[in-house]
Amino acid sequence: MTGDPNPIQDNPRDIRLGHADRGFVGKIIRLDALVTGSSLSPQELEQRLVEMGFVEGARVEILHEGTIRRDPIAVRVDNITIALRRSEAMAVIVEMAVIVE
Amino acid sequence: MTAASLRLALVGAPNTGKTSLFNSLTGSRQKVANYPGVTVERKSGGFVTPEGRSVTVLDLPGTYSLRGRSPDEEITRDIVLGRFDGEAVPDLVLCVADATNLRLTLRLVLELKRVGRPMMLVLNMIDIARRRGVTIDLERMSQELGLPIVTSVAVRKGGVDELLKRTDEFLARSHEASASEWTTPTIADLKAAQREADRIIATAVTLPTKPDTLTTRIDSVVLHPVWGLVILAVILFVMFQAVFTWAQPAMELLSDGFSALGQLIHDILPESWSLVQSFLQNGLISGVGSVIVFLPQIIIIFLFILLLEDFGYMARAAFLMDRIMGGAGLHGRAFIPLLSSFACAIPGIMATRVIDNKRDRLTTILIAPLMTCSARIPVYTLIISAFVPATTVWGFVNLQGLVMFGLYAAGITSALTVSAIAKFFLWRDHAPAPFMLELPDYKIPRLNSIAIGVFTRAKMFLYRAGTTILSMMVLIWFLASFPQAPAGAEGPAINYSFAAMIGHALEPLLRPIGFNWQIAVALIPGMAAREVAVAALGTVYSIEGGKEAADQIGQVLAQKWTLATALSLLVWYIFAPQCASTLAVIRRETGGAKWMVVTFIYMLVLAYAASFLTFNLAQALGLH
Repeated sequence: MTGDPNPIQDNPRDIRLGHADRGFVGKIIRLDALVTGSSLSPQELEQRLVEMGFVEGARVEILHEGTIRRDPIAVRVDNITIALRRSEAMAVIVEMAVIVE
Repeated sequence: MTAASLRLALVGAPNTGKTSLFNSLTGSRQKVANYPGVTVERKSGGFVTPEGRSVTVLDLPGTYSLRGRSPDEEITRDIVLGRFDGEAVPDLVLCVADATNLRLTLRLVLELKRVGRPMMLVLNMIDIARRRGVTIDLERMSQELGLPIVTSVAVRKGGVDELLKRTDEFLARSHEASASEWTTPTIADLKAAQREADRIIATAVTLPTKPDTLTTRIDSVVLHPVWGLVILAVILFVMFQAVFTWAQPAMELLSDGFSALGQLIHDILPESWSLVQSFLQNGLISGVGSVIVFLPQIIIIFLFILLLEDFGYMARAAFLMDRIMGGAGLHGRAFIPLLSSFACAIPGIMATRVIDNKRDRLTTILIAPLMTCSARIPVYTLIISAFVPATTVWGFVNLQGLVMFGLYAAGITSALTVSAIAKFFLWRDHAPAPFMLELPDYKIPRLNSIAIGVFTRAKMFLYRAGTTILSMMVLIWFLASFPQAPAGAEGPAINYSFAAMIGHALEPLLRPIGFNWQIAVALIPGMAAREVAVAALGTVYSIEGGKEAADQIGQVLAQKWTLATALSLLVWYIFAPQCASTLAVIRRETGGAKWMVVTFIYMLVLAYAASFLTFNLAQALGLH
């Protein structure tokens, strides 16, 4: 991810959900709300994400994208669907699923 | 058991069918009001259990946790914790969960348990869960949670029988509330609770191997970047057609009914009682009538809104429109209220309750009156047909239609501009509210529940028409009727009234925008409802007669006004806060006079400035 002010070095497969495309399937590694485009304080954003089911280990899939600048996105989190803006989805660090054909 | 009725509170996450459950428990025995000091809807109702216990139910605002991040959620928290002034702590908390989607609710259940109130978990929509292949080991789950569990199908007849029976059983035993251990959860608490909830689900619930494919299939079209918007446009088109065409016969019937009633009263009363006659006919009946005429439109709008909401489409519409509206600083959820305002700003402003964030809601309320409501149509039609020739321009466009379209476009553009400005100046220090909402699975709307919802809204509207709006109408009648014309006076009686005095006093102020004193006088009863100005113009220009007179008024106006004046009045009507009912509703919905005054002043300033520009520009161009 070029230009990410807070790069995630741990694992090359880790990306921010806000950067992922439609069709992305992965698993939540952790939440990192420190640097996002969101207006919420990092703590508030993290709480809200947890309340909507974004917890470590949950399976995520980007189902739909909005018309303008592919924003907001509709994300399947385990068995519920949440709509959110990409700026808030930046706080969710996900690992791309290994696709088993 | 004491004679006093028992208090039940319904708590649950959004989209759990809490409101349907409330509707099927209480039927039409419900009351909608506001909590004191805030604009949060307080829904209460009552029912009697099979064993004859009388129970009052409070439908608390939906929430994912007790943190209280919005005024609605604070209410839920404070009532459950028993620290809301004037609201007794509930005897039994019913936590409502969507049986097809337990993850988020179970976490809320765990949080609620810490509060220590006697509590029962209601697994609603159990029929849908079973059909989808979700099996829930109720005994196991009840054991794990340490709570009684009851299943329900709120939308089916008899679907709450078990709940009623279990409520009786529960209330027959005495329950001691334990001390609250609740503290505002930290992120770690939330995560731990979610893990615990997930663990309980893993032990007690078997999920189907395949998710709900119907919702997935519908969404692949409905949320498509292109087709999604096309479908939204089609839905809106149908909705508009319905609001204008279906409502028309009923509106005419009401309008004729009220004038007939007014005439009847007029005829019954002796001639010497002319003041009483006038008060009843012109003040009371036509005043209230002019508002109640909009009831059919309000019913149709809310029918559509509630149908789409129940089906699960509203959240999708917000998803599709969020970015588009965001450009003007509006939240995706503001879309439907603004749309409703094309029929009438009153239901539009009432519908802003779906917006959680207070500032987003206020912005929407502020701009809703700028949407071209149907009451402007008679005024627009009158002036356009009198002054704009029905010629064809660019080969196929009717000039009159083009002007009408221009007036609508001007309303929308100015609303979006005002919103952007409000966002910039008023809420600059407040960042925009995030957009984060659940897209629930689609469900077939249940007509029973919808009917109750529409009925409640209609009742609310009528109640308002009968109180705040009525008093405004009486005031306006008073201004237009007193003092009375001296005996043998010439010209219409309104010329001697306070309205005329105000009109004359205002004339110097209105001259720069091209209005004569007759227009100023007509604008005063026009405050009651915009279209009343048409009749008032007829009165000041001494034209007798009912609807047929409209053509005649047009002819008279075409002779008496310049085109510049006519255009200026059209532009005035785009912006002017010419509707006492709307202002009254803003006052009620925002819980005080402040925002009503703000709306009035900003719209007045806009109207004056725009009319001033139009009039002077038109004169400079030599349009006489």
